[in-house]
Amino acid sequence: MAKKVLSIVESAYRATVEEQDDTILWMNHILKNAGLDITLVLRSNAVNYAVKGQDASGLTFGKLKVSHPPKLDKDLESLLEAGVPVYYVREDAEERGIPQKQLIDGIKAVSAKELPSMLDGFDSIWHW
Amino acid sequence: MTKTLTIALMDPPYETETTTTAFRLIDAALRKGHKVNVFAYEGAVNLTMADQAPHPNPVKGTSAEEEDHPTTKDWVAAMFQAYPGKLDWVNCGLCVDERGAGNVIEGAQRGAPKQFAEWSEASDATLVIPAK
Repeated sequence: MAKKVLSIVESAYRATVEEQDDTILWMNHILKNAGLDITLVLRSNAVNYAVKGQDASGLTFGKLKVSHPPKLDKDLESLLEAGVPVYYVREDAEERGIPQKQLIDGIKAVSAKELPSMLDGFDSIWHW
Repeated sequence: MTKTLTIALMDPPYETETTTTAFRLIDAALRKGHKVNVFAYEGAVNLTMADQAPHPNPVKGTSAEEEDHPTTKDWVAAMFQAYPGKLDWVNCGLCVDERGAGNVIEGAQRGAPKQFAEWSEASDATLVIPAK
């Protein structure tokens, strides 16, 4: 039976334009495809990844256009479709003025108070 | 009126959003006709490595061509091409040596902190963008 891994993503927007995605979301997707039982929690600034309709298009250096800007909300939806449960820390979204209705469908809230007991349900906790 | 701006960069490629922000500042200054000197220190010397290569994306199932993955060396090269004579780029030589990062794109030069000192003396403004 696959080990249950809780992957907590806290540092956000690290080279997402250069990479055209978030490298940690990407790796979690690869690990899910490789057979790991992954659950994702977004906390701190990473809760913004779940905001619908982000648009990082239009960047040009010299005459070279960035042709595929990151679509982090779509990458999260892709993780959900792959069977990865995705949570966000409710208070972190509230502190940033992000209401639930602005978030992608399928994502679930977990409160900061509930988080410690949630950790008990996993074999490994990875904090990115 | 044309100004001269000197910028020190430290972050390596593909690690932080800082590089993109710095490149936006550099491009905006060049676009307005200003002169920009970049002193690449520590991990930033990897920004101009000629051997950087785009790759496919197995999560999306796209080929390298479809993915059209950016490389920082292409971004720097695009600015050299679009603003001839307006961008000077010097990599710290000791930082290059310790990383084995000597194969760089045309236009990027090898130098030393002394170059940064001379540029700062001669510039209208100096902006330091350190690694965090």
